[in-house]
Amino acid sequence: MPAFFENKQIVTPGDLLAEGEYVAGENSYLEGSKIFAQRIGLVEYDNKRVNVVALKSFYVPRTGDVVIGTIVEVGFTGWTVDINAPYPALLRASEVLNRPFKPQQDDLPKLLDVGDLIVAKIDAYDRTHDPQLAVNEPGLGKITRGQIMKVTPTKIPRIIGRKGSMVSMIKQETGCNVILGLNGIVLVTGKTLEDEQLASMAIRKIEDESHTSGLTDRITQMLKNAKGKKEEKKDE
Amino acid sequence: MSVITKVKKKEIEQFISKDKRTDGREMNDYREMRIEQGIIERAEGSARVLLGKTDVLVGTKIASGEPFPDTPNDGVLTVNAELAPIASPSFETGPPDENSVELARIVDRGIRESKMIDTEKLCVEPGKKVFVVFVDIYVLNHDGNLIDAAALAAVSALMNTKMPNYDYKDGEVKIKPGYTQLPIKQHPVTVTCAKFNDKLVVDPWLEEEQAMDARISFAIDDDFNICAIQKGGQGYFEPKQVLEAAKIAKDKAKQLRKQLDW
Amino acid sequence: MNDKPEKLIDKKGLRLDGRRFDELRPLKLEVGTLPNADGSAYIEHGKNKILAAVYGPREAHPKHMALQDRTVLKCRYHMAPFSVQERKSPAPSRREVELSKVVRESFEPAVFVEYYPRTMIDVFIEVLQADGGTRCASITAASLALADAGIPMRDLIVACAAGKVDDTIVLDLDDTEDKLGVADVPVAYMPSLNAVTLLQMDGKLSHDEFETAVNLALDGCKTIYAMQKEALKSKYANVEESED
Repeated sequence: MPAFFENKQIVTPGDLLAEGEYVAGENSYLEGSKIFAQRIGLVEYDNKRVNVVALKSFYVPRTGDVVIGTIVEVGFTGWTVDINAPYPALLRASEVLNRPFKPQQDDLPKLLDVGDLIVAKIDAYDRTHDPQLAVNEPGLGKITRGQIMKVTPTKIPRIIGRKGSMVSMIKQETGCNVILGLNGIVLVTGKTLEDEQLASMAIRKIEDESHTSGLTDRITQMLKNAKGKKEEKKDE
Repeated sequence: MSVITKVKKKEIEQFISKDKRTDGREMNDYREMRIEQGIIERAEGSARVLLGKTDVLVGTKIASGEPFPDTPNDGVLTVNAELAPIASPSFETGPPDENSVELARIVDRGIRESKMIDTEKLCVEPGKKVFVVFVDIYVLNHDGNLIDAAALAAVSALMNTKMPNYDYKDGEVKIKPGYTQLPIKQHPVTVTCAKFNDKLVVDPWLEEEQAMDARISFAIDDDFNICAIQKGGQGYFEPKQVLEAAKIAKDKAKQLRKQLDW
Repeated sequence: MNDKPEKLIDKKGLRLDGRRFDELRPLKLEVGTLPNADGSAYIEHGKNKILAAVYGPREAHPKHMALQDRTVLKCRYHMAPFSVQERKSPAPSRREVELSKVVRESFEPAVFVEYYPRTMIDVFIEVLQADGGTRCASITAASLALADAGIPMRDLIVACAAGKVDDTIVLDLDDTEDKLGVADVPVAYMPSLNAVTLLQMDGKLSHDEFETAVNLALDGCKTIYAMQKEALKSKYANVEESED
């Protein structure tokens, strides 16, 4: 029974990917005995499983994901957070206070106000409720400085690299701390603006060229060159 | 994100306080500008302006109608603006809101007060029949400074506008083949400055607009007269800043006119 | 303004613009033309110039319109005042209200609406210049905008019209043919699923004529469908997955 494309070919919604004894994987669906693509992407045949790696998609919340969001509303018992997803996220006041919320005493805008950025974890999410956020772990909480970028969520794994190799390399070469929100928002914090901009540029380059080979080497080279130029400038 | 983050706002303010901008421009630089004329053949005139990623299309239509009672010898100009929901996640469908009305009226003022169109030449029969020029502004993508982009597109579209030839018999305007260009006397240029404390920047893009204190726009005619001014935003200007902005607008208008060959 | 032409098809079988009965007008499709929208597409079909933009899935507003088990699809078909011969008022006309509905219903079967409960997907269609067949061109563009937004779909939706002018069934009527012809039959179609999602008619056709017209329209659809796929792929033309 046939597969109709080769691995890594671009497919579009409605393309007939396979017929017969196949299982519909990511971004594909079964109609009768036929498997069709749901999104534009690169098709992958993994044994009898047909997947489409989407070239463009948006972030859908998952419990446990670390995300970066913006406070868009201060409510009575917590905050509404924009996490770059179809659903707004909720952060309860008790999460931030680590104790029950006392309306008479606690002034929410003082803790987090509209426009503040936070790193948080998705604590709970299901089809009937908006995602709930938690900030009670190290590394989570309010962000006070750094560069924020928006990246296609499907490219985040590429920026992380195999076993974190890519992002570690960027951190090392630029001296910046990089937090990658799985919702496609990236925070870069460094000692100088130049360092932050360099790291941001590297990340943008990875996003644009994520499907090419030799990427790690090229990025490493680019960062080393930039560092070299910086050293030269210092010596002048 | 439609809400600007505090971190971003602070960054923009810090840059500007040091006479720099987050997108690499100089304080008085416009973004990359592209103008295309005549892209809507059905319309009597049209122009599309790309100012950075701000994208505005203007189409003009000519119809015959009655003059206003207080100006019986003049044709009619009417300017309308649509902030189409395609242009931004923050634009909603529905009747024109205060932003689209303000935009239309600012562009209108620049054209009208500069006396760009020779409206007497649009008169068919005084008091009874004149030509009406409709200028419809369509924002396709909002990335800041819709005013300058829309004004530029409107003026370009009018420069591109053809008036149909006609016969006038028994109170009826009968269109016949052939065209003449819309009679134009001036080419107003509008320049908008945004205020950040004691600094002014020209052509604020979307993030700068979200972070600014206030903005002020000047429409300048070919002889460097100021024809229209509009201050907008929740903040305020010091009087000396207003004069400074007026001077910047005059200089930029000169530059733009040269660049566009107007 | 122009004198009414005597015949819409001459003795050699050529239409006013030189086309044969089964020829489509020139078509151009571009994907991803608007930076702010989640997905967008631009179509030029004959003299039609239409932009389609998609925002979503996003939070439903007003909130009470949200559905617990699926997304709400909204569509707004709107014509620019300068898009037609006589300037049109920007306020929605009854025709635009009806077209917003039938256009929405043409792509509703394609979207996996159960995937994103309590959200809204907004599809905006702006007709910048009109010359007959705008609803079909709008659907073709909206389908690309939805795919460009990364919204999972069963298939692309493509639309094309056929009709009758003088005594001949023809494909893809322009404005003059629509105004002066005998009948106009717009059809929207999902080719992989062989599903018709929009079908309208105005005019008068015999049963056989209707069958001929629908088949002709479906052929037109299949041709345009191939062009849609090309347009989507060419946006990602330099993409070739390879491991490091």
